[in-house]
Amino acid sequence: MYKYDQYDQAMVDARVEEFRDQTRRRIAGEMNDDQFKPLRLKNGLYLQLHAYMLRVAIPYGTLNSSQLRKLAEIARKYDRGYGHFTTRQNLQYHWIKLEEAPDILAELATVEMHAIQTSGESIRNISADQYAGAAADEICDPRPWAELLRQATTFHPEFSYLPRKFKIAVISSAADRAALRWHDCALRIVRNDKGEEGFEVYAGGGMGRTPFIAYKIRDFCPASQIFSYIQAILRVWNHHARRDNIHKQRMKILVHDLGEEEFRRQVEEEFQHFLTLGTDFPQAEYDRIAAHFAPPPFETGLADEIDRADPDFAIWVDQQVIAHKAPGYAIANISLKPIGGIGGDITAEQMEIVAGLAERYSFDDVRVTHAQNLVLPHVRKVDLYAVWEALRDAGLADANLDLVTDVIACPGLDYCTLANARSIPVAQKIQQRFADLDRQRDLGELKIKISGCINACGHHHAGHIGILGVDRKGTENYQLLLGGSGAEDTTQAKITGPGFDEDGVVDAVERAIECYRSHRTEGERFLDTYRRVGFDAFKEAIYG
Amino acid sequence: MAEALRFRNDDPVEEPAVSLDAFLAQDSASAVRIEAGDDPRRLIPHLSRVKLVEIGIPRFRDGRCFTSARILREAGYEGEIRAEGDVLVDLVFFMRRCGFDSFAPQAGLNRADVDAALSRYPHVYQHAADGAVPIWKLRHG
Repeated sequence: MYKYDQYDQAMVDARVEEFRDQTRRRIAGEMNDDQFKPLRLKNGLYLQLHAYMLRVAIPYGTLNSSQLRKLAEIARKYDRGYGHFTTRQNLQYHWIKLEEAPDILAELATVEMHAIQTSGESIRNISADQYAGAAADEICDPRPWAELLRQATTFHPEFSYLPRKFKIAVISSAADRAALRWHDCALRIVRNDKGEEGFEVYAGGGMGRTPFIAYKIRDFCPASQIFSYIQAILRVWNHHARRDNIHKQRMKILVHDLGEEEFRRQVEEEFQHFLTLGTDFPQAEYDRIAAHFAPPPFETGLADEIDRADPDFAIWVDQQVIAHKAPGYAIANISLKPIGGIGGDITAEQMEIVAGLAERYSFDDVRVTHAQNLVLPHVRKVDLYAVWEALRDAGLADANLDLVTDVIACPGLDYCTLANARSIPVAQKIQQRFADLDRQRDLGELKIKISGCINACGHHHAGHIGILGVDRKGTENYQLLLGGSGAEDTTQAKITGPGFDEDGVVDAVERAIECYRSHRTEGERFLDTYRRVGFDAFKEAIYG
Repeated sequence: MAEALRFRNDDPVEEPAVSLDAFLAQDSASAVRIEAGDDPRRLIPHLSRVKLVEIGIPRFRDGRCFTSARILREAGYEGEIRAEGDVLVDLVFFMRRCGFDSFAPQAGLNRADVDAALSRYPHVYQHAADGAVPIWKLRHG
C-alpha cells in the first residue's frame, strides 16, 4: 500500500499543528463556534448529541495492521474502547473531547493517517472498491488513481469552501461494489478500443433529501487528464451553485436545474481551459504511486481446494469468501453485523485481532467496505480455517454477507443531532426476526438500509428494502421503501406508503419478504422478483 | 473597516471600485468590484485597463471568490485582487494561492496570525495561481 514520503508526512504534521492552533483559539474564546465549525468539520470533528465525534479518513478503505492497532489504541485512550466503521469506509469515534482532538490527530499522523476533509463543504475522502488489487474482475487496481486524486484534492485552494460536500468514488470493474452512481463524481476505469486506460465519468449523484443517480457525463476521459476534468466539474458547480439554501446546494441540484446537456457543455468548455494550465499530474507521478500498489508476492503452486470438513466453517466459506484473482488465494469478508449488535461497531480488542490476522495471513492488508464490514483481501485458501477460528473466537465470524441481517444503518438518534428517529434498534429487531441462518440463506441476497433522517447516511434510497426514520408529531415513525440498488444496476427505492412504528416496520419488512418468497422463481433475488412482479403486488402484501 | 493587508509593492489604487455593470458601461474606470454572484469572465476583454479588482466576500463560507480570483489570474491579469468582506485568517492561505494579493477584512486581521497561517504548510499538492511548485514536481524535478 501507499507509504508517505517526507512531503506527505510534512503536510499531515502541519495540519495537526494548524488544528491545534485553531482549537486553542476556540477554547480561548478568540473564535466563536460559528467560525470554528467549518474549520473543525474539515478535520472531521462534529458536535453530536452527547460529545464530539471524530471521523478518521481511511483513504479508499485500505488499512495496514499498524494503522488498525493505532485506531484500537486511540479507541481505548480517548474513546470508550470501540470505533464505528462508516458507509464511506471511514472510522468514527463517538465520545471525543474537543481538547484532546489535536492529540488524536497527532497520534494518527504517526501511522500516516489523518482526518482531513472527512466532513465539511469540501472534497471528501475518496472511496474505492474494497476488493481492489484482489478482485478477479478488475481492469487494474483503482487505488493508485484514488491516491493520486487524494493528493490532488487535499487542501485544494479553489475548492475548499464548496457549496456543499463533494464525494468521489473510483472502481475498475463492471461490478459495482462502491455505490458508484450515488456519488457527486463517480469514476470507472475502462479501456478504449486502442487499449488506453481512461475513465468513464458520472456526475451529479447523491442521496440526501433529494436523491439523484449520477448520469454519465463522459464516456472516456484519458487517464492523464482526469484531474483537469474533475476540476472543471468543480469549477462549474462552485461558480454557479446556489448559496441561499443549504438543501439546494449539492451538485446534483445544479445538474438538475441546468440540465444534463448544459452542465456537460459547460464542463467540457472548462475542461479544455484546464488542459491549457498544466495542472495534471505527470505519468512519472502516477508510476511512483502505482509502484506502492504492486501486487504482493503471491505464492504459486498452492492448493486451490478448501477443506470443508467442519460444517460451520463451510457455511462461513460459502457466505464470506470471494474468488481471488491469484490461484490458491481467497478474499475473506469479516462481518461486523452480529445479530443484535451495532452494525459497523468494533471493539479495540477486535481491531487488534484483525490487525494480527492481516499481518499473518493477508500481506498486512485490511479493507473497509461501504457496507460497514471488513475484508482480508489476500488469504491463502489453506489458511482460511485458521482465520475463521480466530474470527470465531473474537465474535467476528458471522456468515451473513449481503444477507437480510447484513443491515446498513446510520448512527441515528442514539448519537446524531440531525436524526429524527433511531436506526440501531430497528436494525437489531430486524436481525433478531431473521436470526435463523437457514432462513437468511434461503432468502439470499437482500440489502436492507436504514437512515434515521432524510439525510440518508444509511443509504435507504439504495436499499433493496430501505427504511427511513421520520418524526411524526413527536414520535418516531418509519417509512418503508422498496427496489433500490447501489450496485451496477443502480436504482432508487420507492416509498411504499404510510409509515409504521418501530415494531410495525419490522412486521412490514417481513410481509415484503414473504411476498418475495411466494413469487420468486428459481435463483431470483428479492430485487429481481420485485422488479419482475412490480411495486403494486408488494404494496398490496404490505398494506393488505 | 480594519486596516488593509497588501502583498504588493506598487502603490494602492485610490480610485473607488465600481460595480461590474458600471465598469462595463464606461471606459474610464480602472477599479471594479465583483460580487459573489458575478461572472468574472465578463471582465476578461477589458483587463488591460483594470488596476484593481475588489471581490466581495459576503460570508466566509462562500467559496465563489476563490474561483473568481483564479479565473482572472488564469486570464493573465496581474493587477491587484483584493478580498473585501468576511475574510478570516484561516482563509488567507487559500486566497493567496488563488491570486488574491490584498485583504480588506471587515473585522481586523492580526498580521502575525496571517503570517503564521501563510507559512504553516511547507508545501502544496497542486498548481494554483500563486506559482507555488507542487509536491509532485519536487519529487520528480
